[in-house]
Amino acid sequence: MTESKSKRRPWVIAGVAAVVAVFGWLLYGGLDKNVVFFLTPQELLAKGTAGYDVPVRLGGQVKPGTVKWDDKTLRLTFEVTDGKSDVAVQSSGAPPQMFRDGMGVVVEGRFGRDRVFNSTGLMVKHSNEYHPPKPGEKPQEMYKTLIKGSGS
Amino acid sequence: MLAHDSILVSMAVVLFGIVAVPVAMRTGRRGLLPYAFAAVYTNFFLVSVAAFAMVYALVTHDFSVSYVAQVGGRSTPLLFTVISLWGALEGSILFWAWVLSMYAAAVVWINSRRPGNLVPYAAATLLFVSFFFAILLVGPADPFGVVSPVPPDGPGPNPLLQNHILMAIHPPLLYLGYVGMSVPFAFAVGAMLSGEVETDDWMRITRRWTLSAWALLSAAIIAGMWWSYEVLGWGGYWAWDPVENASFLPWLTATAFLHSAMVQERRGMLRLWNLNLVVGTFLLTILGTFLTRSGIVSSVHAFTTGTIGYYFLAFIAIVMLASLALVAGNSERLRSTGRFDSAASRETVFLLNNLFLTAFMFTVLTGTLFPLVAEAIKGVKVSVGEPFFNRMSLPIVVTLLFLMGVGPALPWKAASKAELKAKLVPPAAGAGLMLVIALVAGARNVYALLAFAFAGYAAFANLREYWIGMRARRTAHGEGWGTALVRLVGGNRHRYGGYTAHLGVILVALGIAASSTFRTEYEATIKPGETISLSGHTLRLKSMWGREEPQRSVVGATLEVMDGSVVKGTMEPRMNFYPMSQAPVPTPAVRSRLLGDLYVNLQAFRPDGSNATIRVIYEPLVPWIWFGGGVVVFGALIAIFPTGRRTDA
Repeated sequence: MTESKSKRRPWVIAGVAAVVAVFGWLLYGGLDKNVVFFLTPQELLAKGTAGYDVPVRLGGQVKPGTVKWDDKTLRLTFEVTDGKSDVAVQSSGAPPQMFRDGMGVVVEGRFGRDRVFNSTGLMVKHSNEYHPPKPGEKPQEMYKTLIKGSGS
Repeated sequence: MLAHDSILVSMAVVLFGIVAVPVAMRTGRRGLLPYAFAAVYTNFFLVSVAAFAMVYALVTHDFSVSYVAQVGGRSTPLLFTVISLWGALEGSILFWAWVLSMYAAAVVWINSRRPGNLVPYAAATLLFVSFFFAILLVGPADPFGVVSPVPPDGPGPNPLLQNHILMAIHPPLLYLGYVGMSVPFAFAVGAMLSGEVETDDWMRITRRWTLSAWALLSAAIIAGMWWSYEVLGWGGYWAWDPVENASFLPWLTATAFLHSAMVQERRGMLRLWNLNLVVGTFLLTILGTFLTRSGIVSSVHAFTTGTIGYYFLAFIAIVMLASLALVAGNSERLRSTGRFDSAASRETVFLLNNLFLTAFMFTVLTGTLFPLVAEAIKGVKVSVGEPFFNRMSLPIVVTLLFLMGVGPALPWKAASKAELKAKLVPPAAGAGLMLVIALVAGARNVYALLAFAFAGYAAFANLREYWIGMRARRTAHGEGWGTALVRLVGGNRHRYGGYTAHLGVILVALGIAASSTFRTEYEATIKPGETISLSGHTLRLKSMWGREEPQRSVVGATLEVMDGSVVKGTMEPRMNFYPMSQAPVPTPAVRSRLLGDLYVNLQAFRPDGSNATIRVIYEPLVPWIWFGGGVVVFGALIAIFPTGRRTDA
C-alpha cells in the first residue's frame, strides 16, 4: 500500500495543482471583469472618456437644492458633489424620500456620454455610529404636514 | 465601574487557567486541573456580571456609561433597549465574550470528569480565546468608558436595528453560531496539544456542539436574509454584502466539515483535512466578526473605525501560525487508516462536496477581501460587484445540488454497476418533472434550469431514502407508514436528520431560483382611490396617513388587495422617520401565500397625502426560503437530539 501510495503521490499533487490553477484563473478572470471602481465626482470627471459606460460607484454628498423628483415619470435627478466637482445623476425606481440635502450617498451605475450618471442602485450611507441632524437639517418637515393633515 | 473591574479580574483568572493547564501536565500535578476548570467557571461568572451590568445600565438609561450614551435613548422601547447590547461594536464584543464564557463553562461542566489531557487543553484553548476578547474589552472596544458631563438623553440604537423584531433574533443566533464554532476548534487544538488526535475523541465529544453551532448559524443566515427582505425595502434578501458574506463563509466550511467528519468516522480518512476545516471555520468566525465590526469593508451595515482591526489581525495571525505548527507537529499521527476503494462511493461524493464547498468559500472570501487588498496595494477604492459572485457561485451551487442527490444514494466503499443504475436513474424523474415545470413557467436561463432540475433530482433521491427505509420496515415489522417513519428516523437520527436538512436546503434553493428567475415588479404614482396592478394582483390606494410614536414618526399608505370589486385584505407599507436619522427606514408590507409573496413598498409620497408612489413586487416562492431554513434547523435538531436506544453512527 505504501508503495502504490508513493507512486501515486506526484500525480495527486499535479492534479491538485492543476485544479487550484484553473480555479485561480477563473477567479482572477471573474474579478477582472467585475471590479467596480469607487470614485468621487472629481475622480470620475478626471478619467475623461475612459470614465464613460463603465460600472462605477460614485460617492459623495447630495448637492443641496438639486434633488428633483417627478412622480409622473418616476424619475429622480440630483447632483452628487465632493465639494470640487459635481456630477448629475439620474435614477429611476429610487425612493426620493431617502434623500436629504448634503447627505452621503453612494450611487452605482454608469456615466453616460451625455454626461449624466445613470444610476442602477443607490446606497444611502447608514452608520452604526450616530450623528444627530446637522443644524438646519429638518427631516421632519416633509411628513409633519401629512400627520397634521390626516387628523389621526 | 463594577463591570470594568470584573473584566480586569477575569483577565487574571483566565491567565491563571491558561498557565495552570500546561504546568499541571508537565509537572504531573493533576491536582491543579480542578483549579483551571474553576477558572473557566469564574470567568463565566465575571463576564456575566459585566454583561448584566451593561444591560442594567442600558435599561436604567445610565448615560454616564459610554456605550449607553452611544446607543441608548429614553424614547426607545424596552425590548430594543435590551437588544442594543449587540447593536454596536463594543456591546457586541461584550456579548461575544459572554457567550464564549458560557460555552466554555458548559463544555467543562459536561466533560470535566473525562480522563486524559484532551479536556484540560481544550478548556485552556477556550480561555485563550476569552483572553483575546477581554483584551478588546479593556482596550479598543471598552464599553464601560465614563462620559462626563452626563448627557440627558442618547440617540437610541441605529434605526435599522430597531425597526424590526428580527433584529432581536438574528444577531444572537449569529453570535451563538459563531462562538459555538470555538468549541470544536478548542477540542481540535486540545487533541493536538495532548497527543490524543488519533483517538478521534475530539470529534465524538464535539459532534453535538458542532451540529448545534451549525444549526444556529444556518438559522442566523436565514433570519438575516429575512430581515433584509422585511426592512431594507428593495425586495431582495441577499446582495453579497461583506456582512452577509461574513456569516456565510464559516457556514460553508462548517458544512464541509459535517460531511467530511463522517468520512473520518466511517473510514478513518481525511483526518488532517478535518482539523484544517475546523481551524479554518474558527478563523472565519473571527474574520467575520472583524469584517462586520471593524467597518474595514464598506457595507450598507457598518462603518466603524479605530485600531481594533490590528488586534483582530494579530489574533488571526497567531491562531493561524500556532495551528499550522500544531498540525505539522502531529502529521505522523494524522495518517489515514483507510483508503478510497472506488470512485463510485459515498466518500468520493463527500470529497467532491468538500472540494466544491471549499472552492465556494474561497470564491466568496476573494470577492470579499479583494477591495481591501486592492486598496492596500494599489491605493484604489473598488468593490466587487454582484455579477462576480453570481457568475462564480452559480456553477458551484448547481453542482452541490446535484451532489446532494448523488451522495445519499451511494453506499460506502464501492457500488456495483447494477447498484449505481438502481440508485441514480430513478431520481432523474424528479429532475425531469422540475425541468418541465420550470420550462412551462418560462425559465430559459441555463443555470436556473439546471438549479430546478438538480433540486428535483436531489429532492427525489433524498425522499426516496425515506421511502425505501419505510417500505423495508413495513415488510419486516408490519408497521403502518407513520410508525415506520418515526422508528426509521429514530433508529438513525444522524442519517435521517441529514436527509431532512438536505430537503430544507432544496426548499431554500428552489425559493432562491424561482424568486430570482420569475420576479416581476411595477412602480407607479397613484392617488387615493386609484389602483395599481401587477401579474393578476390589484391594489387600491385607500388612504395616506401619519402617526406619531414615542420614538419615531410613521407615514403609511393603506392599500386594499382587490379581487374584482371585493376587498380581500389590506396592506400597509410604511416609512419610519427616526429623529436622529437622516433618512427614513422603509417598512414594506408583505402578503405571503404558498406560491409567493406580494411585496409592496412605499417609495414616495406628496406631503399633503394627495398621491403616493408604490412599488409592487411579486416574489415567487420566497416563503419557501424561510420555511426551508426551518426544515434545515429541524433536520439538525433530529441529528442532535440524544438517541435513547442506539448510539448513532
